[in-house]
Amino acid sequence: MASQKVYIDPLTRIEGHLSIEMDVQDGKVVDAKCRGDMYRGYESILQGRNPVDAQQIVMRICGVCPVSHGQASSRCLDDAFGIKPTKNGRILRNLILGSNFLQSHILHFYHLAALDFVDITAILKYKGSDDALLRLKDWVNNEIKVKKGRVDEISTAGPFLPRYEGENFYIKDLDTNIDAIAGYVKALEIREKTHRMVALFGGRAPHPIAMVPGGVTTEITSARVKEFKKYLKEVEKFINETYINHVIAVAKAFPEYFKLGKYDNFLSYGVFDKDEDRKSFMFEQGVITAGKLEKFDSSKIREQIKYARYKSGSNLHPLKGETVADPEKSGAYSWVKAPRYDDKPMEVGVLARTLVAYLSGNKDVKAEVDSLLKVFNAELPAANSVLGRHAARALESKLIAKAIHKWLDDLDSDEKTRNSYVIPESGEGEGLIEAPRGALGHWIVVKDHKIANYQAIVPTTWFCSPRDDKGVRGPVEQALIGTPVSDPKNPIEAARVVRSFDPCLACAIHVVEGDKEIGKFRLI
Amino acid sequence: MALNRRDFLKIMGGAGAAIAFPSVMIQGCKRALERAAERTNIIWLEGQSCSGCSVSLLNKISPDIVSVITEHISLNYQGVVMGGTGEAATRVLEDAVKKQRKDFILIVEGAIPTKNDLYCTIGEDEKTHRGIGVRHWVEELGKNAMAIVSVGTCSAYGGIPAAKNRITGENPTGAVAVSQLFKGKTVLNVPGCPPHPDWMVGTLLHVLLKGIPELDEYNRPKMYYAKTVHEQCERLYYYKRGIFAKEWGDKGCLYNLGCLGMDSGCDIPTRKWNSVNSCTDCGSGCIGCTEKAFPEYGKRGIYQNLMASGDYKEKVVIAGIKRGEV
Repeated sequence: MASQKVYIDPLTRIEGHLSIEMDVQDGKVVDAKCRGDMYRGYESILQGRNPVDAQQIVMRICGVCPVSHGQASSRCLDDAFGIKPTKNGRILRNLILGSNFLQSHILHFYHLAALDFVDITAILKYKGSDDALLRLKDWVNNEIKVKKGRVDEISTAGPFLPRYEGENFYIKDLDTNIDAIAGYVKALEIREKTHRMVALFGGRAPHPIAMVPGGVTTEITSARVKEFKKYLKEVEKFINETYINHVIAVAKAFPEYFKLGKYDNFLSYGVFDKDEDRKSFMFEQGVITAGKLEKFDSSKIREQIKYARYKSGSNLHPLKGETVADPEKSGAYSWVKAPRYDDKPMEVGVLARTLVAYLSGNKDVKAEVDSLLKVFNAELPAANSVLGRHAARALESKLIAKAIHKWLDDLDSDEKTRNSYVIPESGEGEGLIEAPRGALGHWIVVKDHKIANYQAIVPTTWFCSPRDDKGVRGPVEQALIGTPVSDPKNPIEAARVVRSFDPCLACAIHVVEGDKEIGKFRLI
Repeated sequence: MALNRRDFLKIMGGAGAAIAFPSVMIQGCKRALERAAERTNIIWLEGQSCSGCSVSLLNKISPDIVSVITEHISLNYQGVVMGGTGEAATRVLEDAVKKQRKDFILIVEGAIPTKNDLYCTIGEDEKTHRGIGVRHWVEELGKNAMAIVSVGTCSAYGGIPAAKNRITGENPTGAVAVSQLFKGKTVLNVPGCPPHPDWMVGTLLHVLLKGIPELDEYNRPKMYYAKTVHEQCERLYYYKRGIFAKEWGDKGCLYNLGCLGMDSGCDIPTRKWNSVNSCTDCGSGCIGCTEKAFPEYGKRGIYQNLMASGDYKEKVVIAGIKRGEV
């Protein structure tokens, strides 16, 4: 049987613009292309600006994880200016970043991914007495009644409908569905609280304003710490008592997703610094290939562009990148470049962090992962899957919430929250960090007190990469192969696989302007 | 007191004297479950954006986002939260264009690239599988929409996607504000990077219940943007006494560090971000994100005083206000 083209365009419920093209044969994906559909030219826009403007501008790469971009940039500037954060500065950065990890993971599971599993229409069968759920039920009923036959009938119960429809697409059990819908609503409230946590020390969320080279500007007051703790307690309760259980409920309803969406190579830059020299992390740095943990070496990164919409050299270290946009380039299908580590496509993100930590002997991570695997009577390889990614996010949230208590205790309100700095005439810097969705790197070259070059390789560039120069598919493209597609018009199975990676496409669109050598870089 | 569609359209046609918007009104909106006919349809498109406006919208409290979606508006299309994906999503847009629907407000987040449609696409042509430019959707839907609202500074004025490379002087994608596509038609702007959720929902509810709010020269609702940050600043006390901070986070007015509070209209010092903090209170100062000049501010950029080369000493005109030597 000849293969059939199946498209998901646009893939919604992610950040940014992404589409998927697949070849489906005998009900399974045999080939896939991951297409980034938006380009803004950030690195070009940054040239010639005040280096300190960079961290404000780059946060706007992504509204879901601006904190990570802001901190990668602060770190990059720390390095270029030859300074380190103060102890308070480091801890405040961890607190802001940690709070945003919680925000991002909760948003991802409930508001981006859950509608692929949970039957939102189950609310019509709700028989209970919860006011919020009854209102939702009334609303759906009313939408159906009023919009029937009207010109806007298609928008009935929007934005939840229309959706992919098919036999066995969604959870059948009424109680599980109702409980998950209640979770969806509650999670909206909880993630708003996580944003308050970000804002208490970050100034606002999204796009916090208080992160600067050398630390954070916000004064540590007992009132702020007290309020932060109040929200943390509420959020932590939700994670431990609700979020994790909902992930388990979805996993029990769709156990086949422990076998789908696999990919083998992982990379983590390490995150939540334990010291000001960035030598040790709460989640370790490392690379896993063929099941083996290796030390990370940033000089092994290359970016290839054969199938990306750019004209210029390929297989260059990002620091020497030379890229000019070419929207109509023949054969190219994405605005995302193909980064490779030691010539291999890498999965980055929560699963990479979890597995690197696990293999590094991180006791907390190992204990959590092992105890969850026991619930499913499964072994570690099961973690490498769609459900493994969702579960890893929930476990990581639990560990971060726990760690935040300690970080708060380590703050010293008598000490400075940031170090001073002077913008040098020239300099270079590298800022590596983990965003909720994976390894994030920023690089800067300063000349004449201004930005001569600025580059970012973001998590989604790694996992949503197109084919490289040798034609090797990116991680999501490989993970899609073998995924069943029961109805080519409603390819929900493939959407579940892609969303499990938590793509963030506005981030992924990479550009380096000009054909210039951008100076020598110190590679760690 | 929701308006019926006809009254609403009448108001839209002859906006006339708009009344100041009492904040209690949002609270006072009665549950409107029985009035789906009056829940105005919203189609929310994303151009060159970071989704930060969508994320900020989710932070809406009193009324919370669930009440907004189920009681006040009918959200037909919203890429970040909608259930539908792929064809199940674009069907909504195609249907609206095909039927020439006029019963919705178009909200746009993000700038619109004009150099090539492929710089930002939503869905694809059925036959050629070439991406459909977001510009196409905005133009097709915008021409029939009962109102067009730009949320966020990118959509309102171009923002960061429209910023220029300072060496070549060019913008990579020819990104423009949504209003550039609709010359002669008023586009309501709710700028901010991101906009506060109250500004977005409040403006929308004003349009739905009372008509277009009174706007300033940048088409922003005066109720949120008329006063400068400086006038309402928590640090005004220091300014009046001549106490100026030397470094970020220090006690004192942040003006000498390049705080743009005097040049920027918004009510954050009193409204607060996320109910808990503000740009000025946290010690980093205002970056002027609600202004048309953001992030360029003439030659200076966002953080003037850190231009160690001395460029910051030249006089620059920002949003019509002349800033003297520092």
